[in-house]
Amino acid sequence: MMIDRRTVTQLAADLRARKVSSVELVRACLPRIEASQPTLNAFVTVTAEQALAQAQAADRELAAGRGGPLAGVPIGHKDLFCTAGVRTTCGSRMLENFVAPYDATVVARLKAAGAVMLGKLNMDEFAMGSSNETSYFGPVRNPWNTDLVPGGSSGGCAAAVAARLLPAATATDTGGSIRQPAAFCGVTGIKPTYGRVSRYGMIAFASSLDQGGVIAQTAEDCARVLRSMAGFDPRDSTSVDIPVPDYLAGLDAPLAGVRIGLLKEFFDTGLEADYERRVREALAVFERLGARLCELSLPNIPRSVPAYYVVAPAECSSNLARYDGVRFGHRCRNPRDLTDLYKRSRSEGFGAEVKRRIMTGTYVLSAGYYDAYYLKAQRVRRLITGDFERAFAEVDLLMGPTTPTAAFALGAKSADPITMYLNDIYTISANLAGLPAMSVPCGFAGGLPVGLQIIGPHFAEQRLLHAAHRFQLETDWHTRVPERCA
Amino acid sequence: MALTRAQVEGIAHLARLELDPAEVPQYERSLSRIVDFIGELERANTAGVAPMAHPLPGLAQRLRADEVTERDEHDLYQRNAPAVASGLYLVPKVIE
Amino acid sequence: MNTHLGTPVSADAGTRQGGAWETVIGLEIHAQLATRSKIFSGAATAYGAPPNTQACLVDLGYPGVLPVLNAEAVRMAVRFGLAIGAQIARQSVFARKNYFYPDLPKGYQISQYELPIVAGGTLEIVLEDGSRKRIGVTRAHLEEDAGKSLHEGLAGLTGIDLNRAGTPLLEIVSEPQMRSAREAVAYMKKVHTLVRYLEICDGNMQEGSFRCDANVSVRPAGSEKLGTRTEIKNVNSFRYVEKAIQYEVARQIELIESGGKVIQETRLFDPDRGETRSMRSKEEANDYRYFPDPDLLPLELEAAYIEAVRAELPELPDAKAARFSAQYGLSDYDAGVLTASRELADYYEAVTRAVPGQSKLAANWVMGELAAALHKDGLEIGAGKLPAERLAGLLARIADGTISGKIAKEVFEVMWASGTSADDVIASKGLQQITDTGAIERAIEDVMAHHPAQLAEFRAGKDKLFGFFVGQVMKATQGKANPAQLNALLKKKLPG
Repeated sequence: MMIDRRTVTQLAADLRARKVSSVELVRACLPRIEASQPTLNAFVTVTAEQALAQAQAADRELAAGRGGPLAGVPIGHKDLFCTAGVRTTCGSRMLENFVAPYDATVVARLKAAGAVMLGKLNMDEFAMGSSNETSYFGPVRNPWNTDLVPGGSSGGCAAAVAARLLPAATATDTGGSIRQPAAFCGVTGIKPTYGRVSRYGMIAFASSLDQGGVIAQTAEDCARVLRSMAGFDPRDSTSVDIPVPDYLAGLDAPLAGVRIGLLKEFFDTGLEADYERRVREALAVFERLGARLCELSLPNIPRSVPAYYVVAPAECSSNLARYDGVRFGHRCRNPRDLTDLYKRSRSEGFGAEVKRRIMTGTYVLSAGYYDAYYLKAQRVRRLITGDFERAFAEVDLLMGPTTPTAAFALGAKSADPITMYLNDIYTISANLAGLPAMSVPCGFAGGLPVGLQIIGPHFAEQRLLHAAHRFQLETDWHTRVPERCA
Repeated sequence: MALTRAQVEGIAHLARLELDPAEVPQYERSLSRIVDFIGELERANTAGVAPMAHPLPGLAQRLRADEVTERDEHDLYQRNAPAVASGLYLVPKVIE
Repeated sequence: MNTHLGTPVSADAGTRQGGAWETVIGLEIHAQLATRSKIFSGAATAYGAPPNTQACLVDLGYPGVLPVLNAEAVRMAVRFGLAIGAQIARQSVFARKNYFYPDLPKGYQISQYELPIVAGGTLEIVLEDGSRKRIGVTRAHLEEDAGKSLHEGLAGLTGIDLNRAGTPLLEIVSEPQMRSAREAVAYMKKVHTLVRYLEICDGNMQEGSFRCDANVSVRPAGSEKLGTRTEIKNVNSFRYVEKAIQYEVARQIELIESGGKVIQETRLFDPDRGETRSMRSKEEANDYRYFPDPDLLPLELEAAYIEAVRAELPELPDAKAARFSAQYGLSDYDAGVLTASRELADYYEAVTRAVPGQSKLAANWVMGELAAALHKDGLEIGAGKLPAERLAGLLARIADGTISGKIAKEVFEVMWASGTSADDVIASKGLQQITDTGAIERAIEDVMAHHPAQLAEFRAGKDKLFGFFVGQVMKATQGKANPAQLNALLKKKLPG
């Protein structure tokens, strides 16, 4: 079976021009997905039948000259977006058999745009992890080297796009869960501004940090998919009622005069030398395109990781209290009493990392510790946000590495949670401040993809996509495909 | 700061998690590591800084019109429920 | 019908009862707000639906769903705050109160904690001696109600019905300023009256729409320091609140006097036994881990919004009672009783407007015959059994002398049973008063003729027999003789 390297943009055009049918695309994708499962394990659920039915419907629409902007384009959803009638597991035993009775707003919007869902993508359990090793359904492996992790928590999404099993997938990012796996797998990912994409139907990890986004091959594809999924949702109180601009408009405009800030703190200790070289080479490309580079220091950024590991677990400990074995989800056998029902259902249903975060969150919110941890972290969060505000008064975009190193081996960081948490050292601050951020492939270090991170002010998605697109017009890193998949 | 076994067990109980006795030392270690790590925040000077609960500044809660928009779908919703009878979710006897 | 508002209460039952002890009571009242849909979802709030048929995905705490705040719940809370002269917070915050319980689907209750929507109001109650006492309302905040646990017929299991989950509640927290069970009841009744005036709660206590937790402690009289309190949970009748507090006060005093110590705990009132008992199941060290709900943003209210709500406030009970006293010449007590509910007050005003100049007569009838009839049939004033115009029609016939007050009671009974008008009853039963002087004179002469012995005694100076003749004439006229005329004519004729 030939690999389909076409982007969403190309596929949408070919479908509309009737050069290919959606059914043909789905029929080509399904066996490749099946074949990839034993090695990559990118999918939790493949929805072959529904996909074919949706593809047929899309083909009919296209034949009639109708159909939405993504009519017939195959996509996948991270397995925490609720899909009516198709199980949504969150990578957890807790929800192994959970079938949502409704579609997440993101799922409904992409359906309305004509996209065809091929399946649900593997992820770290409840999106808690940076390596996809915490999934109850087994780790996802990196298509560039299957001994390595794909990153997390949206590891299945990044691996599937990298292996060209799919042109694009929805994903979520709480502390780097779109950008880090995109960097590790050599694909493009965008986490929009908090509130830009509805969280309704997106199973919560940490409500004030979670944001839905896209992983695709190119910035242009990200723009195309994001355009169909973003926007105000009355069902989400934190959704922002600001019109969604046409993210595709002006992508080709010149970059001259754009001010790019380099965060000193992102080039500090811990950044691998080769990784840094690739990032600096990418920055040079922007300079050639007419952007002006300057160095900035944001003194509170180094406190992002500890602040995050207070706020995120606190919210998660409360968000995950609903999994009690009563209305849905795993229930233990023969509970002796109510407490036994709760404790055993939850202990059997959740994996070790989820339990650890629930306990961390329970601790930081408990009497006597709330002020010292939770409130303190929320104050630090304001300081970090203030740092960014000052930076964006001077520059249009911030750029730096997405991660301190390229993908690491399975098991390499599982022993110590802090080592794993520090993998998100460059990505977490954008979540704390609610900023839009991307990761764009910018070369290879030791044969593994390197990601360039771009961060912008609130609601500057267009600016990010523009810069990334111009970069991708000058480079071909985003077109590289792992040899084993080609 | 090292968490004691009793603290870890207390937290687990509050979170309604049952830890295998053999797992407890492991959680003791990793949670102590995490508590040390986040304890670093103590050094941040946050005098006069208000806590920030939401990442977007200046947004206020939107209000919904008081309208009934939902229908009875309990059959569908209870398909995910492990134990139901007569439309009720079942749990072990609760003594008040 | 509630005629409780003006009921005087003992100024200090606790102190008297315990001798050297003073009782300190604070109430937390939970009023379900009368919205159509729930506080954070579009599910219906109607009472009595089959289990879980009004529990939508948000109420069930399904993965992925999110809360959106009901505008009407906010407006109702603001109405209450304005009515008690409280501060309306320009910014209030919803927090999560975390604990596990089967009737709490998300594992947390959304409630306002540090920044409630209403803070610092007052209500006035009337004590037994007619004096008034102001009770402070510390705060009132919005929160969601929990579901219900059912234990019957489930073979050793508990069944969970989440229809009530997510119903908006206004929790009204008083200062610990009540000093007796009766003061507490007077305060609770006052709040009950107010929320119904404001049309923010139906006040139905059987259905749990209005219930309270009582915090009770005792301390040596004159002491400034508060004693250890217990919290009596979820009492849903005025009578039970009174009994529960009385029992609890006695229990605490006895405990302390016998050398024991009150422990801070949650207790439940058992109406069958008339006692409170410790609730062990909820007793384990609660650590609610409150934090701002990240799914909801701060609630911000503009001054213009608050003023618009204020402009829509109805006349409130205290103002209405004062106006009734002044305008209708009623005693404070009567005015209090008649303004105990908005329906009752409206009814009274409709009656008295239809029979001008008879406001005291109208008050007596509304509080007397009508209240008794309603009570006997278990009806509310609003049920429309006897429209105000009907009662006014009866009172008009008393006022114009067509019938006497005594006959009117008879007419009322027929009107109540048959639903006909006073005039129809009077006409069909021939109850019209006799005011024709000639007819009354004839009746007097007839009686005099039949009772010569009594007449002789009267004329010999036995004045007491005057009443005998009144009675005999009334008997002869089936009570229809106009009493005033009868009196005058008898005085003229009997002496001879």
